[in-house]
Amino acid sequence: MLLELENLATSFRTSSGEVRAVDGVSLTVQPGRTLGIVGESGCGKSVLSLSVMRLLAHPGRVVGGRVMLEGRDLLGLSGREMRALRGRDIAMIFQEPMTSLNPVHSVGFQITEALRAHDTTSSDSSLKRDAIAALERVRIPDPSKSFDKFPHQLSGGMRQRVMIAMALAGRPKLLIADEPTTALDVTVQAQILDLLRDLQAETGMGIILITHDLGVIAEMADDVAVMYAGRVVERASARELFEDPQHPYTLGLLGSIPRLDLDRERLTAIEGSVPPPFAWPPGCRFAPRCPFAEAACDAAPPPLRDLAPGHQAACLRAPL
Amino acid sequence: MILRAENLAKHFAAPGGLVRAVDGVSFTLARGETLALVGESGCGKSTTARLVLRLIEPSAGQVAFDGEDITTLPPNRLKPFRRRAQIVFQDPYASLNPRLRVGDTIQEPMRVHGLGSAAEQRARVQELLALVGLAPFHAQRYPHEFSGGQRQRIGIARALAVQPDLVVCDEPVSALDVSIQAQVVNLLKDLQQRFGLSYLFIAHDLGVVKHMADRVAVMYLGKIVELAEKRTLFANPRHPYTRALLAAIPHPDPALRGRVKPLGGDLPSPLNPPPGCRFHTRCAFATELCRREEPALVDGVACHHTAELPPLDMAYAGGLSETATRRLARYAQAAGQRN
Repeated sequence: MLLELENLATSFRTSSGEVRAVDGVSLTVQPGRTLGIVGESGCGKSVLSLSVMRLLAHPGRVVGGRVMLEGRDLLGLSGREMRALRGRDIAMIFQEPMTSLNPVHSVGFQITEALRAHDTTSSDSSLKRDAIAALERVRIPDPSKSFDKFPHQLSGGMRQRVMIAMALAGRPKLLIADEPTTALDVTVQAQILDLLRDLQAETGMGIILITHDLGVIAEMADDVAVMYAGRVVERASARELFEDPQHPYTLGLLGSIPRLDLDRERLTAIEGSVPPPFAWPPGCRFAPRCPFAEAACDAAPPPLRDLAPGHQAACLRAPL
Repeated sequence: MILRAENLAKHFAAPGGLVRAVDGVSFTLARGETLALVGESGCGKSTTARLVLRLIEPSAGQVAFDGEDITTLPPNRLKPFRRRAQIVFQDPYASLNPRLRVGDTIQEPMRVHGLGSAAEQRARVQELLALVGLAPFHAQRYPHEFSGGQRQRIGIARALAVQPDLVVCDEPVSALDVSIQAQVVNLLKDLQQRFGLSYLFIAHDLGVVKHMADRVAVMYLGKIVELAEKRTLFANPRHPYTRALLAAIPHPDPALRGRVKPLGGDLPSPLNPPPGCRFHTRCAFATELCRREEPALVDGVACHHTAELPPLDMAYAGGLSETATRRLARYAQAAGQRN
C-alpha cells in the first residue's frame, strides 16, 4: 500500500461556524496504479488533496483521521519533515499551469530550483543537464532551447508539461494531479493524459487524479472514488464502475458526458449544484438533487456498503 | 438566411510580420439554425465570432446580417444590429460586472436600447431570470454570490434581454464542470426552440457540439478545413484534423483506453503558417503535394487526400455496458418525472 487515508476529516472555521469540507474519507492508492477521484466543483476533492499534502491554508485544518504514506502518518510529521517529503515522496500538479509557474523566471531556472531543493551537492552544470533531461522526459521539443524560455512563451499544454517535469524532478512515489487537463483543449488533454500514462509505466509511481469528468476517469483511472459533498459515495475499480454504476450521483455524472455513440438530443443533466458545506442536509447529501430520493433518504446519511466484491456505494436505493 | 460571412479575414500586425488569425472564412447561418465553429485555441474561431458581431473590424471580406452588409455601416447606424445580435462569453467570471447587481446587469441592454419603461424592464428581468432557471430574488445579488454555471445563466439572460435573432455563443460551457455543461447545453437548446434563435456556437470540443449543432465548421489556423451537416460529419469525418478532434474526446469506457494515439504537437504559429496545407506538419497522411500546395475547400473539405483516407475505426465511439445503459435510462426517466 502506497497511501492509505483513514477517516480523514477537514474543517474550515467560518463566520457561520465550523464546516466540514471533507467528512470521513477513507481511500487507498497502490504503487503503480491510478486512483481517480471524481466529483463536481465544491465536492471537497481539492481540499482532500491539499489535506494529504498538508498545504491547507488557514482557516482550514485537518481535524481527524490518518494519512498513511508507506506506513508513516503524515499528520504527525513536523513542518520540516513534511517539507523534505514534498516533491521527493509526494508531488502535485494543478489545473492552471500559468498561475502555478513564476512568470519572471525561465522554465529552466524553475526546474533547476526544484531539483536543488532535494540536491545540495551536485554542481550547477550537472543540475542543468538533469533539468534538460526532465524536459525531454515530458516530450518537450528541443529541450535545451526550451530551457531558456519563459512561461508566457509556451502554450498551455507545454506549460503543463513543464509543471509535470518539475513535479517529477524529485522522483516522487505519488503524484497528485488536481484537474491537470481542465483548462486545456481536448487535443492537448489527450496528449497530457497519454504522457502521464507513459511516465507512470516508466517510473511505477502511484497517481491520484482529480477531475469532474468521468470521461477522463475512464481514460486514466484503475480505481475510482466518486465524491459528493465531502464524502465518498461510490468506490470501485474503473472497469466495475463503468460496467455497473450504482450511486444515482455517478449515474448523473455519466449522463452528463456527451456521447458519440448515441444519437440523442438532450443530455441527462443533474439538476442544481453542490450546496455549500454549511447547507448540507442531515440525511443523504445528494437527496435534494436525486431523482430516486424517498423519505428514508432524509433521515440519516447512508453508509458505504458492499454491493459486489470491491464495490461500495452509499445509497439506500442501490441496487437500482 | 440570418447571417452570411464571405471571405472574412483578420490580420494583426505583430513584431516579425502579420498574424493571419482569420484568413478567408466563408459560411452561412439559417434562421433557427446552429452552426458550430470548432478548433483548438489559436485557430481563429473566437476572432471570427468577434468579426461577425463587428466587435473588431475585418481586414477583408464581408458579413451580411439579414441581407444587410454590416461591415460598411457607419457606427451610428449599427445600433439596430447590436440589439439583434448578442453574445454569451466563455468566462462567466470575467464577463459580468462585479459591482452591478445581477438585475441591473440584465436590465442594462434594455436601457441602452430604450426598450420599455423602467417598470416594464424590471418585470422583464424577473421573466428572464425564470427563463434561465434562476429565482426572482437573484436580481438583488452580486455575481460573486453565484457559481460558474449560474453566472453563465445570467450571461444568457442578459443576451436574451433585447430579444435578439442571433446569439454568438463563444465557448459558453468550456469553463464549466461536465455536469453543469449538460445543464447549460440543455438550456440553450430549449431557449432556441422557444424563441427561434440562431446560434453561432464556438467550441474546442466536438463532444459538446454533437448535442448543439445542426452544421459544423472545423477551423485550423485561420481557415475552415471541413464544413458539413452534423450527422454527416460525425458519421464520416473527411478531414484528418476532424478525425483527430473526434479521437481526442474521452470515452466512458476504460476498455478503450489509449487505443487511439493523440494528435502530436501544438498548433503552429499563425505568424508563420506552414506552406501548403497548414495541417501537414501534424498530419499522418501528408505527402509532398500537401507541403507544396494549399488545398481549397471543395465540397465541404479542404484535403488533397480525403478520397484516400482509410475507413474510420468507429470502435472508439464505444458505449456503456447494458447494466449502465439500463440504469441511466431509469435515472433519466425518474428525473423527467420529477420535473
